[in-house]
Amino acid sequence: MTGHDVVFVVVGLVTAGAAVLTVTSKNLMHAALYFAVTLGGMAGVFLTLAADFLALVQIVVYVGAVTVLFLFGLMLTRAPIGREALDGQNRGLGMAVSGGLFVVLSTLVIGAFGGQGTAEVSGPGIRDFGIAIFADWVLPFEVLSMLLLAALIGAIVLARRESGESGEESTVTRIELSVDRDPDTAEHEQPALTAGAGSSGEEHP
Amino acid sequence: MSPVGPLLLATFLFCAGVYGVIARRNAVLVLLSVELMLNAVNINLVTFQNLLFPDDPAVTGQMFALFIIGVAAAEVGVGLAIVFNMFRNRASVDVDDADLMRW
Repeated sequence: MTGHDVVFVVVGLVTAGAAVLTVTSKNLMHAALYFAVTLGGMAGVFLTLAADFLALVQIVVYVGAVTVLFLFGLMLTRAPIGREALDGQNRGLGMAVSGGLFVVLSTLVIGAFGGQGTAEVSGPGIRDFGIAIFADWVLPFEVLSMLLLAALIGAIVLARRESGESGEESTVTRIELSVDRDPDTAEHEQPALTAGAGSSGEEHP
Repeated sequence: MSPVGPLLLATFLFCAGVYGVIARRNAVLVLLSVELMLNAVNINLVTFQNLLFPDDPAVTGQMFALFIIGVAAAEVGVGLAIVFNMFRNRASVDVDDADLMRW
Protein backbone atom coordinates (compact mmCIF):
# COMPACT_ATOMS: atom_id res chain seq x y z
CA MET A 1 0.00 0.00 0.00
CA THR A 2 1.55 3.23 -1.09
CA GLY A 3 1.04 6.63 0.45
CA HIS A 4 -1.27 7.41 -2.44
CA ASP A 5 -3.60 4.61 -1.39
CA VAL A 6 -3.55 5.75 2.23
CA VAL A 7 -4.61 9.26 1.22
CA PHE A 8 -7.38 7.82 -0.91
CA VAL A 9 -8.67 5.62 1.92
CA VAL A 10 -8.76 8.53 4.38
CA VAL A 11 -10.52 10.86 1.94
CA GLY A 12 -12.90 8.10 0.89
CA LEU A 13 -13.89 7.31 4.48
CA VAL A 14 -14.60 10.98 5.19
CA THR A 15 -16.69 11.20 2.01
CA ALA A 16 -18.67 8.04 2.77
CA GLY A 17 -19.33 9.07 6.38
CA ALA A 18 -20.51 12.52 5.32
CA ALA A 19 -22.78 10.92 2.70
CA VAL A 20 -24.40 8.69 5.33
CA LEU A 21 -24.92 11.69 7.61
CA THR A 22 -26.39 13.61 4.66
CA VAL A 23 -29.19 11.11 4.13
CA THR A 24 -29.86 10.37 7.81
CA SER A 25 -29.45 13.75 9.51
CA LYS A 26 -32.45 15.02 11.46
CA ASN A 27 -31.73 18.67 10.81
CA LEU A 28 -32.16 20.07 7.32
CA MET A 29 -29.32 22.56 7.61
CA HIS A 30 -26.98 19.89 8.92
CA ALA A 31 -27.93 17.65 5.99
CA ALA A 32 -27.06 20.41 3.52
CA LEU A 33 -23.74 21.14 5.25
CA TYR A 34 -22.81 17.44 5.37
CA PHE A 35 -23.63 17.40 1.66
CA ALA A 36 -21.04 20.16 1.17
CA VAL A 37 -18.50 18.02 3.05
CA THR A 38 -19.36 15.07 0.80
CA LEU A 39 -18.81 17.14 -2.31
CA GLY A 40 -15.51 18.46 -0.99
CA GLY A 41 -14.44 14.90 -0.27
CA MET A 42 -15.30 13.96 -3.84
CA ALA A 43 -13.07 16.78 -5.03
CA GLY A 44 -10.33 15.21 -2.90
CA VAL A 45 -10.99 11.83 -4.52
CA PHE A 46 -10.65 13.49 -7.93
CA LEU A 47 -7.33 14.94 -6.82
CA THR A 48 -6.00 11.56 -5.73
CA LEU A 49 -7.12 10.20 -9.10
CA ALA A 50 -5.04 12.89 -10.82
CA ALA A 51 -8.05 14.73 -12.26
CA ASP A 52 -7.00 18.23 -11.15
CA PHE A 53 -9.26 20.24 -13.44
CA LEU A 54 -12.32 18.23 -12.50
CA ALA A 55 -11.55 18.68 -8.79
CA LEU A 56 -11.49 22.45 -9.24
CA VAL A 57 -14.72 22.40 -11.27
CA GLN A 58 -16.30 20.29 -8.54
CA ILE A 59 -15.33 22.81 -5.87
CA VAL A 60 -16.47 25.83 -7.88
CA VAL A 61 -19.75 24.42 -9.18
CA TYR A 62 -20.86 22.11 -6.39
CA VAL A 63 -19.35 23.34 -3.13
CA GLY A 64 -19.66 26.94 -4.24
CA ALA A 65 -22.93 27.14 -6.12
CA VAL A 66 -25.14 24.09 -5.69
CA THR A 67 -24.77 23.93 -1.91
CA VAL A 68 -25.74 27.59 -1.57
CA LEU A 69 -28.73 26.94 -3.84
CA PHE A 70 -29.82 24.06 -1.61
CA LEU A 71 -29.40 26.18 1.51
CA PHE A 72 -31.60 28.86 -0.03
CA GLY A 73 -34.12 26.21 -0.98
CA LEU A 74 -34.28 24.86 2.55
CA MET A 75 -34.54 28.30 4.11
CA LEU A 76 -37.26 29.54 1.75
CA THR A 77 -39.54 26.54 2.18
CA ARG A 78 -39.80 26.59 6.00
CA ALA A 79 -39.81 22.82 6.26
CA PRO A 80 -40.43 21.19 9.64
CA ILE A 81 -37.42 19.80 11.46
CA GLY A 82 -37.25 16.39 13.07
CA ARG A 83 -36.72 12.81 12.06
CA GLU A 84 -40.38 11.90 11.77
CA ALA A 85 -41.11 14.97 9.69
CA LEU A 86 -38.16 14.33 7.39
CA ASP A 87 -38.36 10.60 6.80
CA GLY A 88 -41.38 8.79 5.44
CA GLN A 89 -42.82 5.44 6.36
CA ASN A 90 -40.62 3.57 3.92
CA ARG A 91 -37.30 3.86 5.74
CA GLY A 92 -37.09 0.06 5.93
CA LEU A 93 -37.84 -0.25 2.24
CA GLY A 94 -35.10 2.26 1.46
CA MET A 95 -32.65 0.38 3.67
CA ALA A 96 -33.51 -2.92 1.96
CA VAL A 97 -33.31 -1.55 -1.58
CA SER A 98 -30.07 0.34 -1.11
CA GLY A 99 -28.46 -2.45 0.91
CA GLY A 100 -29.38 -5.07 -1.67
CA LEU A 101 -28.19 -2.82 -4.49
CA PHE A 102 -24.90 -2.25 -2.70
CA VAL A 103 -24.30 -5.98 -2.20
CA VAL A 104 -25.11 -6.78 -5.84
CA LEU A 105 -23.08 -3.93 -7.31
CA SER A 106 -20.04 -4.44 -5.09
CA THR A 107 -20.02 -8.17 -5.89
CA LEU A 108 -20.09 -7.33 -9.58
CA VAL A 109 -17.36 -4.69 -9.23
CA ILE A 110 -15.04 -6.99 -7.29
CA GLY A 111 -15.74 -9.83 -9.71
CA ALA A 112 -14.99 -7.65 -12.72
CA PHE A 113 -12.02 -5.61 -11.48
CA GLY A 114 -10.70 -7.61 -8.50
CA GLY A 115 -8.01 -9.25 -10.60
CA GLN A 116 -6.94 -5.96 -12.13
CA GLY A 117 -3.39 -5.09 -11.19
CA THR A 118 -2.54 -1.80 -9.64
CA ALA A 119 -1.79 0.86 -12.18
CA GLU A 120 0.07 4.11 -11.83
CA VAL A 121 -2.40 6.98 -11.66
CA SER A 122 -1.87 9.29 -14.59
CA GLY A 123 -4.37 11.70 -15.98
CA PRO A 124 -4.28 14.01 -18.96
CA GLY A 125 -2.93 17.46 -18.25
CA ILE A 126 -5.02 20.57 -18.50
CA ARG A 127 -3.52 21.26 -21.93
CA ASP A 128 -4.81 17.96 -23.33
CA PHE A 129 -8.12 18.66 -21.67
CA GLY A 130 -8.55 22.03 -23.34
CA ILE A 131 -7.54 20.71 -26.73
CA ALA A 132 -9.98 17.81 -26.38
CA ILE A 133 -12.86 20.12 -25.41
CA PHE A 134 -12.47 22.42 -28.39
CA ALA A 135 -11.46 19.77 -30.91
CA ASP A 136 -13.39 16.58 -30.24
CA TRP A 137 -16.17 17.75 -27.96
CA VAL A 138 -17.07 21.17 -29.30
CA LEU A 139 -20.59 20.23 -30.39
CA PRO A 140 -21.63 18.72 -27.02
CA PHE A 141 -20.02 21.74 -25.37
CA GLU A 142 -22.21 24.14 -27.36
CA VAL A 143 -25.30 22.02 -26.74
CA LEU A 144 -24.55 22.12 -23.02
CA SER A 145 -24.32 25.91 -23.09
CA MET A 146 -27.72 26.05 -24.80
CA LEU A 147 -29.09 23.68 -22.16
CA LEU A 148 -27.81 25.93 -19.39
CA LEU A 149 -29.45 28.94 -21.04
CA ALA A 150 -32.72 27.04 -21.38
CA ALA A 151 -32.54 25.95 -17.73
CA LEU A 152 -31.88 29.54 -16.66
CA ILE A 153 -34.92 30.85 -18.54
CA GLY A 154 -37.04 27.90 -17.42
CA ALA A 155 -36.16 28.41 -13.77
CA ILE A 156 -37.02 32.11 -13.98
CA VAL A 157 -40.36 31.37 -15.67
CA LEU A 158 -41.24 28.67 -13.15
CA ALA A 159 -40.29 30.64 -10.06
CA ARG A 160 -42.03 33.88 -11.07
CA ARG A 161 -45.42 34.55 -9.60
CA GLU A 162 -47.48 35.52 -12.60
CA SER A 163 -46.89 36.94 -16.02
CA GLY A 164 -47.58 40.63 -16.48
CA GLU A 165 -46.01 43.95 -17.10
CA SER A 166 -43.28 44.87 -14.69
CA GLY A 167 -44.48 47.19 -11.98
CA GLU A 168 -48.07 46.11 -12.43
CA GLU A 169 -49.82 44.39 -9.56
CA SER A 170 -50.61 40.79 -10.36
CA THR A 171 -52.74 38.34 -8.45
CA VAL A 172 -50.99 35.86 -6.22
CA THR A 173 -52.19 32.63 -4.75
CA ARG A 174 -52.49 33.21 -1.05
CA ILE A 175 -51.54 30.34 1.20
CA GLU A 176 -54.42 29.70 3.56
CA LEU A 177 -53.41 28.01 6.78
CA SER A 178 -56.89 27.07 8.07
CA VAL A 179 -57.92 30.63 8.83
CA ASP A 180 -61.65 31.22 8.76
CA ARG A 181 -62.63 33.85 6.29
CA ASP A 182 -64.54 36.82 7.59
CA PRO A 183 -67.93 36.93 5.75
CA ASP A 184 -67.77 40.75 5.56
CA THR A 185 -64.55 40.71 3.64
CA ALA A 186 -65.49 37.74 1.47
CA GLU A 187 -67.08 39.96 -1.17
CA HIS A 188 -63.86 41.97 -1.34
CA GLU A 189 -61.83 38.86 -1.80
CA GLN A 190 -60.54 39.87 -5.18
CA PRO A 191 -58.83 43.09 -4.01
CA ALA A 192 -57.39 41.24 -1.02
CA LEU A 193 -55.71 38.79 -3.34
CA THR A 194 -53.59 41.34 -5.13
CA ALA A 195 -49.92 41.61 -4.51
CA GLY A 196 -49.02 43.71 -1.55
CA ALA A 197 -52.23 42.65 0.15
CA GLY A 198 -50.72 43.43 3.55
CA SER A 199 -51.11 47.16 3.01
CA SER A 200 -53.81 47.54 0.39
CA GLY A 201 -56.18 44.89 1.75
CA GLU A 202 -57.32 46.95 4.72
CA GLU A 203 -57.81 50.12 2.73
CA HIS A 204 -60.76 48.72 0.77
CA PRO A 205 -64.02 49.43 2.63
CA MET B 1 -3.64 2.14 -7.34
CA SER B 2 -6.30 -0.46 -7.93
CA PRO B 3 -9.60 0.62 -9.53
CA VAL B 4 -11.60 -1.40 -6.99
CA GLY B 5 -11.33 1.20 -4.20
CA PRO B 6 -12.81 4.18 -6.07
CA LEU B 7 -15.45 1.97 -7.69
CA LEU B 8 -16.57 0.65 -4.30
CA LEU B 9 -16.69 4.18 -2.91
CA ALA B 10 -18.84 5.25 -5.87
CA THR B 11 -21.14 2.26 -5.31
CA PHE B 12 -21.54 3.18 -1.64
CA LEU B 13 -22.33 6.82 -2.43
CA PHE B 14 -24.85 5.78 -5.08
CA CYS B 15 -26.62 3.47 -2.62
CA ALA B 16 -26.69 6.24 0.00
CA GLY B 17 -28.38 8.42 -2.63
CA VAL B 18 -30.93 5.68 -3.38
CA TYR B 19 -31.72 5.41 0.33
CA GLY B 20 -32.16 9.17 0.55
CA VAL B 21 -34.52 9.29 -2.43
CA ILE B 22 -36.71 6.53 -0.99
CA ALA B 23 -36.71 7.49 2.69
CA ARG B 24 -36.80 11.29 2.67
CA ARG B 25 -40.08 13.19 2.49
CA ASN B 26 -38.78 16.71 1.99
CA ALA B 27 -38.57 17.45 -1.74
CA VAL B 28 -35.39 19.50 -1.36
CA LEU B 29 -33.65 16.62 0.39
CA VAL B 30 -34.83 14.23 -2.35
CA LEU B 31 -33.18 16.51 -4.92
CA LEU B 32 -30.03 16.55 -2.79
CA SER B 33 -29.94 12.74 -2.79
CA VAL B 34 -30.28 12.70 -6.56
CA GLU B 35 -27.23 14.97 -6.73
CA LEU B 36 -25.36 12.46 -4.56
CA MET B 37 -26.12 9.70 -7.08
CA LEU B 38 -24.98 11.82 -10.03
CA ASN B 39 -21.71 12.59 -8.25
CA ALA B 40 -21.08 8.91 -7.53
CA VAL B 41 -21.26 8.22 -11.25
CA ASN B 42 -18.66 10.94 -11.84
CA ILE B 43 -16.18 9.08 -9.61
CA ASN B 44 -16.73 5.96 -11.72
CA LEU B 45 -16.06 7.82 -14.97
CA VAL B 46 -12.88 9.44 -13.69
CA THR B 47 -11.63 6.11 -12.35
CA PHE B 48 -12.14 4.37 -15.68
CA GLN B 49 -10.46 7.21 -17.54
CA ASN B 50 -7.38 7.63 -15.36
CA LEU B 51 -6.70 4.07 -14.24
CA LEU B 52 -7.81 1.92 -17.18
CA PHE B 53 -7.55 4.16 -20.28
CA PRO B 54 -5.03 6.89 -19.39
CA ASP B 55 -3.85 7.30 -23.00
CA ASP B 56 -7.19 8.14 -24.58
CA PRO B 57 -6.50 11.31 -26.59
CA ALA B 58 -10.13 12.44 -26.44
CA VAL B 59 -10.22 12.33 -22.58
CA THR B 60 -13.67 10.75 -22.86
CA GLY B 61 -14.27 9.77 -19.23
CA GLN B 62 -13.35 13.08 -17.67
CA MET B 63 -15.24 14.94 -20.38
CA PHE B 64 -18.39 12.98 -19.59
CA ALA B 65 -17.92 13.80 -15.91
CA LEU B 66 -17.62 17.49 -16.81
CA PHE B 67 -20.83 17.39 -18.85
CA ILE B 68 -22.63 15.58 -16.05
CA ILE B 69 -21.61 18.34 -13.64
CA GLY B 70 -23.05 20.94 -16.01
CA VAL B 71 -26.30 19.09 -16.58
CA ALA B 72 -26.70 18.45 -12.84
CA ALA B 73 -26.29 22.15 -12.13
CA ALA B 74 -29.07 22.93 -14.61
CA GLU B 75 -31.21 20.21 -13.04
CA VAL B 76 -30.84 21.71 -9.57
CA GLY B 77 -31.99 25.11 -10.81
CA VAL B 78 -35.12 23.83 -12.52
CA GLY B 79 -35.88 21.33 -9.75
CA LEU B 80 -35.72 23.94 -7.01
CA ALA B 81 -37.96 26.25 -9.07
CA ILE B 82 -40.53 23.43 -9.28
CA VAL B 83 -40.25 22.83 -5.53
CA PHE B 84 -40.81 26.54 -4.85
CA ASN B 85 -43.90 26.50 -7.05
CA MET B 86 -45.20 23.48 -5.17
CA PHE B 87 -44.57 25.20 -1.85
CA ARG B 88 -46.38 28.32 -3.03
CA ASN B 89 -49.42 26.38 -4.21
CA ARG B 90 -49.73 23.84 -1.41
CA ALA B 91 -47.75 25.30 1.54
CA SER B 92 -45.82 22.05 1.77
CA VAL B 93 -42.73 20.48 0.25
CA ASP B 94 -43.67 16.98 1.37
CA VAL B 95 -43.44 14.59 -1.56
CA ASP B 96 -46.25 12.50 -0.04
CA ASP B 97 -48.56 15.50 -0.43
CA ALA B 98 -47.77 15.87 -4.13
CA ASP B 99 -50.41 13.41 -5.25
CA LEU B 100 -52.51 15.67 -7.47
CA MET B 101 -51.75 13.61 -10.57
CA ARG B 102 -52.26 10.24 -8.94
CA TRP B 103 -55.05 8.24 -10.55
